Formats: sequence, C-alpha cells, structure tokens
Amino acid sequence: MPWSREDMAARAARELKDGFYVNLGIGIPTLVANYIAPGMKVVLQSENGMLGIGPFPYEGEEDPDLINAGKETVSELASSAYFSSADSFAMIRGGHIDMAVLGAMEVSENGDLANWMVPGKMVKGMGGAMDLVAGVKRVVVVMEHTSKNGEPKFKLHCELPLTGTNVVDMVITDLAVFSRASRKDPFKLTEIAPGTTAGEIRSKTPARYLG
Amino acid sequence: MTSSSKVYPDAERALSGILRDGITLCCGGFGLCGVPDKLIAALHASGVRDLTVVSNNAGTDDAGLGLLLKSRQIRKMISSYVGENKEFERQYLAGELELEFNPQGTLAERVRAGGAGIYAFFTKTGAGTLVAEGKETRVVNGETYIMETGIVADVSLVKAWKGDTEGNLVYRKTARNFNPNMATAGSITVAEVEELVEPGALHPDAIHTPGIYVHRIINGSPYHKKIEKRTVRKRMEGSDAVVS
Repeated sequence: MPWSREDMAARAARELKDGFYVNLGIGIPTLVANYIAPGMKVVLQSENGMLGIGPFPYEGEEDPDLINAGKETVSELASSAYFSSADSFAMIRGGHIDMAVLGAMEVSENGDLANWMVPGKMVKGMGGAMDLVAGVKRVVVVMEHTSKNGEPKFKLHCELPLTGTNVVDMVITDLAVFSRASRKDPFKLTEIAPGTTAGEIRSKTPARYLG
Repeated sequence: MTSSSKVYPDAERALSGILRDGITLCCGGFGLCGVPDKLIAALHASGVRDLTVVSNNAGTDDAGLGLLLKSRQIRKMISSYVGENKEFERQYLAGELELEFNPQGTLAERVRAGGAGIYAFFTKTGAGTLVAEGKETRVVNGETYIMETGIVADVSLVKAWKGDTEGNLVYRKTARNFNPNMATAGSITVAEVEELVEPGALHPDAIHTPGIYVHRIINGSPYHKKIEKRTVRKRMEGSDAVVS
C-alpha cells in the first residue's frame, strides 16, 4: 500500500518543530495543518498577508475579507496578524519563515524544483512559489512519485521550467522519503512505504540518491 | 466640499480627467478579496483601451479585472497568478494579450520600490529560472541575485475598509494584500472605501495608508463581496476536524 495523501501530509507534519513559522502550499501541503502534533505551537503564514491562519470557518461564518493564499475562506486566531503583500514577502524572502511545504511537478537530484508551468499548456503563473523557495530556510516537497501517465517525477534534471535551483531539502512521495542534510549533500532514501521495495523505488526514480 | 477636496461623489467622476488609452494602472486585490470593484466597473464603462495593468491576479471570468479582459481593454498584464481566469488563458495562448509573469514577492517589492523612489533592487527570487532571462545578475557570497526594477503607474486603484476625507485608509483582514503597496505607486491614486468618515474618526496610530498617497476617494458602498472558494468546517461535538 503506497502512502495516501493524508499519510504524506502527516509525514510532512513530522518535520515541524515547536515555534516554527510555516508556509503551506496548495493541495496536499494544506492538509499538513491537520497533523500538527497536539501541544506543538506552529504559526502558519499565508502569502496574501496573514500570520496565524485558523481552521476553516464554521458554516455561516465565512468572511469574504478573510482568505488564504489558495483563496479559501479561513478563520482568525487570537494571535493572528495581517499585513501587506510587500511585508508578507519580506518575511518570506528575508528568511524569517522556518519551513515551507510545497507540491511539485518535478524535482531533480540536485534539488531543483519545477512546479509552475507546462509550456504551451498551463498558463497560471508562479504566484509566490519562487519567492518561497528562494527565501524559506527549509523546503519540503510533497508529490506523487510518478505523474498520472506513469512518468517519474524525481529526476536527473527537471525538464519543465524551474521554480528554483537547488532549493529542495526533502521529498515525500507516496512511495518514499528522500532527504539530505544540507544543500551541498546528495539526497538519501530514508523511508519506504509499506508494500514497496527499494528495488521498485530505484526503478521509478531516475534521480541518483544514496541508500 | 472645498476645491482641494479629495472626495468624489462616485467612481465615474473619481476617474474623470485621469484616464487615456495606453496608460499603466496598478490595481490592488488578491483573488476577489480587496479588489476595487466599483472603480473597475467605471473603468470598464469609460471604454479606455490599451491598458497595461499591474495586478497580482486577473479576476475571474466575470468579476474584477476579468470584466476589462472580456471587453479587450487590457493590452498587457503584469501578474503573478492568473489561474482562475479562462478568458485570460484563451487570449494569452491566442497571442491577443501580452503577459509578464512576476513572482508574487517580486511584484509586491517592485511596486513598493517604485512608490518609494527606488529604481531597482537585487533579489534571489527567480535566479536560474525563466524570470532571470535578460536581467542583470550579481553574485554575492556565492548567491546569485537578479536585478528587478521598480514599478510606477499613471493611476493606482485601491480598495479599503474605511477611509477619511483626507485619504487616510484602513484595510480589513486579508483584504489589505497589495492595496497599501499599489497606493504608493500611482501618480494619481484613487481609493474606494466601504465607509467614508470625517478626520478624527480613524485613530492616527491605526492608519495603514497615510492620506499623502491617496488623491481621490469615494464611498463605494453598498458592497456585495464575493467568495471564490467557500471552505467551511461542520459543527461537530468535540471535534476540530477540518472538512471542506
């Protein structure tokens, strides 16, 4: 059984430390908020200008002026703060955010990330992804091990336009976890999903890694 | 109203004399949150064309800047994310619309810098990507930085929660977003507010945008604010489970 989206989110949540300021991307990364260990204080930052994102509001309490970076309605906490977009990215770019969890289309063995564009097909824009990978201290990628048509996503080189070069510290897929001690080190296979083998992971991973 | 008053009776008159074809506009808002809808509607009605619009997003197909895209009044967009607008994608892929993608933080900082009189700055964001193409770079302590230039606009349009007749503005929650930054970058900045009050009604310590940046202001109420993605949790006894 490969890991589910929830399992992957829970695994990413184990990278959190008490007192962390964290930015969560859209999709599986958003689910990470549901797995923060009880008693651990983690402050979630949203690019559109909020620190201290609360849970989704109760039905009937949605506020159009209170959304996250995914444009979803959220709620505020007693400790929340609001600020401008320029201030928000000063936090991000300036290295004040401890960790970001992001989705990816491709990651390369040297930690390059591609997650914003498919030339000629998808024209959405990078949003805050390039700023996040440039400035956040630790970047954890959560993605399916292979694309919908079976193509491996952890590769020798990214083929899609890059979001950043040498910016990924950990890759969590439905089959495995790869991590590295620093951005000068190679990735190492550190965990294998139940029912998977090291051989299967090797056969589905063009990127070179230790372990 | 004195002759120097910043207060205008409506959006149409607040834009009179400052619009012409080909101008550059900075527009506040994130998604459909904190978007100057009343001013955009007046811009739409004015028929002004060939606009360059600096805005994080491009609205949806029938809200926000989406209105101006539909009517082909925009020649070029400078944005970071336009994924919610199908008409945008169609016009761009058909070569009918010029588009400059900026990373969101770079966009915010370019506007902040422009408004603050900073010609350019060096940032790590986008180094080694398509964003860096054709840009000057510097390597400092082994890190590559790319040069980005400040953005200024002929006209900035912003939305605030409360404003006074001097143009001091207060925003509400995440509707602040790009608005304070856009307000600083316009040769002429026009603000729409939900509540227009007399000087003294807003506490001087609580002002987000000082009135020096705001040249014209209207009371845009009533507002029927839209939600792009409604996400809620159910009320469940003894559970904090988040469901959408």
